[in-house]
Amino acid sequence: MQKIMVCIKRVVDYNVRIRVKPDGTGVMLDGVKMSINPFDEIALEEALRIKERGTNIEVVAVSIGVTDTQQQLRTALAMGADRAILVQTDAAVEPLTAAQIFLALAKKENPDLIFLGKQAIDDDANQTGQMLAAIWDRPQATYASKVEIAAGKASVTREIDAGLETIEVDLPAVVTVDLRLNEPRYVKLPDIMKAKKKPLDVTSLDALGVSAGVLLKVIKTEPPPQRQKGVMVKDVAELVDVLKKKGLI
Amino acid sequence: MHKILIVGEHDGKNLNPATAKCVHCAAGISGGEITIVVLGADTAAVAGQAAAIAGVKSVLRVDRPENQHPLAAIFAPQLVALATDFTHIFGPSTSFGKDLMPRVAALLGVPQVSDLMAVEGSHRFKRPTYAGNAIVTVEAEPARKLVATVRVASFEAAKGGGSATVESKSLSVALPSHTRYIGAKTGSTDRPDLQTAKRVVSGGRALGSAENFKLLFSFADKIGAAVGASRAAVDAGYAPNEMQVGQTGKIISPDIYIAIGISGAIQHLTGIKDARTIVAINKDGEAPIFEVADVGLVGDLFQIVPEFERLVGG
Repeated sequence: MQKIMVCIKRVVDYNVRIRVKPDGTGVMLDGVKMSINPFDEIALEEALRIKERGTNIEVVAVSIGVTDTQQQLRTALAMGADRAILVQTDAAVEPLTAAQIFLALAKKENPDLIFLGKQAIDDDANQTGQMLAAIWDRPQATYASKVEIAAGKASVTREIDAGLETIEVDLPAVVTVDLRLNEPRYVKLPDIMKAKKKPLDVTSLDALGVSAGVLLKVIKTEPPPQRQKGVMVKDVAELVDVLKKKGLI
Repeated sequence: MHKILIVGEHDGKNLNPATAKCVHCAAGISGGEITIVVLGADTAAVAGQAAAIAGVKSVLRVDRPENQHPLAAIFAPQLVALATDFTHIFGPSTSFGKDLMPRVAALLGVPQVSDLMAVEGSHRFKRPTYAGNAIVTVEAEPARKLVATVRVASFEAAKGGGSATVESKSLSVALPSHTRYIGAKTGSTDRPDLQTAKRVVSGGRALGSAENFKLLFSFADKIGAAVGASRAAVDAGYAPNEMQVGQTGKIISPDIYIAIGISGAIQHLTGIKDARTIVAINKDGEAPIFEVADVGLVGDLFQIVPEFERLVGG
């Protein structure tokens, strides 16, 4: 094990209450707090823990997005990544395109492992890791809640609907991480200072030979239907009464 | 003419009800012809169940020993080989489908529509983003094959009584050896399945311990309900991961959802928005769960739940 690549996405912070633009062209993003996608933070943390357990393992954080995405990559460097690469673009990048970009980076970097979050909390697509594994022609282990590396293989416990499943994959492989894999560390001030000196390369779609076309056209964006305000009951007897009248129990 | 292939989910014995929900979704595409494919070591039983779903024209069986366990890296190339004959390839938005379908889409070089929640046309669909807080309508290029996962909570199961033809397919597809199944640890339970149950009782961090969750199990058994949990309760170790309901857990649509000691984080509400009736029991009257609840009761769950259990059917 020599190198781990971690793909991170800049997303609207998970505490922000999302509002849809009245004209239906998207959600309001002006002045909204942006952060590393929480699942990607868990992915990075796992890479750092493997690095700290081993020797001479390099962790490379990579991202795709606008110039300001450098902020999230600096945070990744402060957490402990050795260097970072930003594929700078103002275009909206769909999962298949993101996978193609990460593939281009993987071919340059030749990592033993690529970690990603299982989904981004903005588009909730849950696709990029699987697509990357497919076009890289390598194994995928999605929804990881435990990762063990030994002798060119990864044993990954996955959170599935029925419980937990363990699979073994040969490296190099793509692993997408679930919530309970670890708890990401807090960044300390000296680490933020140190991170300023770490290399952050900026490249472009053109340099990687990938084009960001529109594959799925977004016709409109709308808020979800609201539920009607309900009733409050004063005790269990009244609750049971209401539910019986509705024929629910 | 749209030819729709649905990837059937099963455990070797039973077809997952998510499959019939995908059929209902696919039936919304007018002029569509629906085929279900089941991959496994021996799919005789589940193919029979698939053939009985109303509206299905044919069922394809792909039996080979490597298909014993649903590994995406093994299934995907076989589905790509089958996809030649189809315009649409759908799978359920379960952990099975979410793992598998993007691999199929990428091998085909096409995008995927995740969590399809409404059909607006053969290539136009609605799907949720931002934990369900923004619904987008997307349109795919009709010249390309369309891969999608179906948000099963948005669709009722298609009815039974169908009589589709069943055909065994042998595919000469080379399969990778880089991915191996080791084992699974699944909660065996006699309770209804959380994803398809009509009634769900769900507990949050306020339960305080795994021991206290027994209170919910007892109540759930009394009313024939499945049991769920909030992320906070699962993170705290009170309940196993397969019980988690929410944006990153299970998205469910029971007739009645009883949230006990759950504050109602937006990520949790995403998982229960499709419930017909939401009941909230919480000691904090300001908890956000009350904003979406149809019926709310403020009080101590440790008093309320035993009394609730006594008063129903008692």
